[in-house]
Amino acid sequence: MKRIFATLIAFVIALPAWAAIEIKEVTSPGGITAWLVEDHSIPFTALELRFRGGTSLDDPDKRGAVYLMSGLIEEGAGDMDARTYARELEALAASFQYDASDDSVSISAQFLTENRDEVIDLLRTTIHEPRFDEDAVERVKAQILSGLRSDQTDPNDIAGRNFARMAYGDHPYGSEGKGSIESVGALTRDDVVAAYDSVFAKDRLYVGAVGDITAEELGALLDTLLADLPETGKPIPERAEVNIPGGVSVVEFDTPQSVALFGHAGIDRDDPDFFAAFILNHILGGGGFESRLMQEVREKRGLTYGIATYLVPKDLASVYLGSVSSSNDRIAEAVEVIRAEWARAATEGVTQKELDDAKTYLTGAYPLRFDGNGRIAGIMVGMQMENLPIDYIATRNDKVNAVTLEEVNRVASELLNPEGLHFTIVGKPEGLDG
Amino acid sequence: MVRALALSAALLAASPLIAKEGHEAVTTFTLDNGMDVVVIEDNRAPVVQHMVWYRVGSADEPAGTSGIAHFLEHLMFKGTDTLAPGEFSGTVAANGGNDNAFTSYDYTAYFQRVAADRLELMMQMEADRMRNLSLTEEDITTERGVILEERNQRTDNNPRALFGEQMSAAQYLNHGYAVPIIGWRHEMETLGMEDVLSFYQNNYAPNNAILVVTGDVKPNDVKALAEQYYGVIPANPDVSRRDRAQEPPQTAARRLTYKDPRVAQPYVQRSYLAPERDPGAQETAAALYLLSELLGGGTTSYLNEKLQFEQQKVVYAGAFYRGVSLDDTTFDLLVVPAQGVSLQEAEDAMDQAVADFIAEGVNQDDLDRIKMQLRAAQIYARDNVDGIGNRYGRALTSGLTVEDVQAWPDILQAVTGDEIIAAAREVLQLETSVTGWLMKDDEVTQ
Repeated sequence: MKRIFATLIAFVIALPAWAAIEIKEVTSPGGITAWLVEDHSIPFTALELRFRGGTSLDDPDKRGAVYLMSGLIEEGAGDMDARTYARELEALAASFQYDASDDSVSISAQFLTENRDEVIDLLRTTIHEPRFDEDAVERVKAQILSGLRSDQTDPNDIAGRNFARMAYGDHPYGSEGKGSIESVGALTRDDVVAAYDSVFAKDRLYVGAVGDITAEELGALLDTLLADLPETGKPIPERAEVNIPGGVSVVEFDTPQSVALFGHAGIDRDDPDFFAAFILNHILGGGGFESRLMQEVREKRGLTYGIATYLVPKDLASVYLGSVSSSNDRIAEAVEVIRAEWARAATEGVTQKELDDAKTYLTGAYPLRFDGNGRIAGIMVGMQMENLPIDYIATRNDKVNAVTLEEVNRVASELLNPEGLHFTIVGKPEGLDG
Repeated sequence: MVRALALSAALLAASPLIAKEGHEAVTTFTLDNGMDVVVIEDNRAPVVQHMVWYRVGSADEPAGTSGIAHFLEHLMFKGTDTLAPGEFSGTVAANGGNDNAFTSYDYTAYFQRVAADRLELMMQMEADRMRNLSLTEEDITTERGVILEERNQRTDNNPRALFGEQMSAAQYLNHGYAVPIIGWRHEMETLGMEDVLSFYQNNYAPNNAILVVTGDVKPNDVKALAEQYYGVIPANPDVSRRDRAQEPPQTAARRLTYKDPRVAQPYVQRSYLAPERDPGAQETAAALYLLSELLGGGTTSYLNEKLQFEQQKVVYAGAFYRGVSLDDTTFDLLVVPAQGVSLQEAEDAMDQAVADFIAEGVNQDDLDRIKMQLRAAQIYARDNVDGIGNRYGRALTSGLTVEDVQAWPDILQAVTGDEIIAAAREVLQLETSVTGWLMKDDEVTQ
């Protein structure tokens, strides 16, 4: 293979001693940038491609178009119809997975070294020449509609939809990215093509690769696969405002266990206080069995099988969310305990011991997540989308350790708003009125 | 494009390009007290997973105490003579690790993922709770509330799970697989201290356990630590034998309908009683696994070709076979009808398609593609050493040996189309089957 331009390797950053992972920034001859971890111990590569925008790019009257499009990408390309395409992919023993979330559309590919070129040819055809045949559009629409019908009677889905509508209103975040039965039913092939044009472009592309591939090989692969994409896609929507009032709303649903989603506005990933909030959340409800809420609601009172809270910093808005489920006659007590813990943390903060324990856990557990080529590729793409520096992994634990008790407790008083906490409850809760 | 790909596919089928080194770096040995040990080395990251698998699951429970195996699993996180309630998980977390446990029909397993240099502490604590569990009545009461809420969450709030319970209960006439792992609610509500302790004492012992360690370890180091912490625990000669009640010949097809207003998408499921993977005799199971892939494994599978693409009667079709099982397992078919297609039409179309598949015989190209994917899967699997550890743990608690696990890939590759059809004829018998309809209410003609 002759090369005219050398692939550029701008940075080589080693992780701390505990993980012998080296991230290189690779720029292809055609100008596409990727983060790469070379690991030749297993003869395959995981490649993660992510396009910022996601289902939020849908026009309001075309809700579900991006999601439908991402489901149709693998339903035929070039001169292959859906079934021929599926056979080709199976014969190569590669896997391409497509995912559409609020903020991105991703393609997660995994392929053997021995037939890499053929796989990349097929993936190139997939990305550049999807067919969106009418019969495939109708078939995949029917599958999505079947799923949406099931979601309509799933208490978790009902709670998620209601909370999102109240929190985000008319913003795309306020409705289901999969669309509604009405909106998906009305989508046409033209809508799918428009969604395709809005998503795939170089101005929003992030790439991570891990495995049995060199920087030079990756550079050539990137150009084959992606250099011919258009420069720009559809503009990203405006930020959303989180406007959910405190209180309880009940969606009556005949089921033995009430499902509750609770939360209020959150904190952005690039906020200087994010690490303090991250540690606070670990102590309050994010840290599995050790968290205050797990101890109070499950371990001491047996009110639930699981309770957890999450910081959800999305591209266009941030919320602080939690979920719990308890039988209809006990959910009111769970809500009361959660409110009390929210208030206690807001006013009293956390203790030095809780902070120290959280730091020990969070810094010790960090390396555990780098456990597999696909996982690492996904993490590297996430880092790029969050604008983190390539040496972030090496400095992340220092950032956790640098947070002081005063910072955590200040952030607790600012972030946690017991009166502003909204509970969306699906079920037949006793003693709670929406 | 298509030509080039077809050519490469042909080449791949013809030549053994896929590396043959599928075998993982596995070391096995047995401690003097009978505890089996499996070590799988992977030095890519300085992380270790430490697991103890007990050869006891929900299908080993005494009658009337359904859910006790899983309840005990929860209570194992309470205290021991030297650890306070919650201190086990607290110590794992304080060392930057994660821990949890799971229960199935045939096994109960406990695990921690942690930095490799903390392995000794994990072993010390896990060995401790193998013999020294200490519970209060309050632990029992509170945790019983938790498992009842778990049943609510997993089963009672989910009509598909409730339907699955009824399917299993109808499938097994005499075996413990008829009873849900989580337990029947009315029995869970009565589980008490005596039930827990007798189940613990009868089943938790080194000679009924398998230690599985995966990650950045040296087998010799693991052996020394295992001897130090587990090796000193005496074997229990009275440990429960797994002489479970077995199924009589099944001679009558069963049908059921489960109606629930929460059902939005009705479907048809059919299960057939099927042989599991047996030690030294995995050939029929291998044929059944390939049959499930050919019939309902993906977009190109026979049922999807016929029912989804050609007849457009279903939005989804699938076939499943769970080969790793101590006793007789099931082979399952599932079809989700398209809008306007009745459950009866979907079931008839499914039956006709299966009959046609058997009559036509296996398409060799289809079989070759699946075998190619299985060879590749062995390479991909090496990226997840914990997954390999789980595979050994499941197999060894389900009556298989290390040799069986290692022979399985080659046995799969050797299966012929004729053997698959023979297995289909043998197993897909209505007399041993249950056909279930999951419905919202009485079906309305559309």
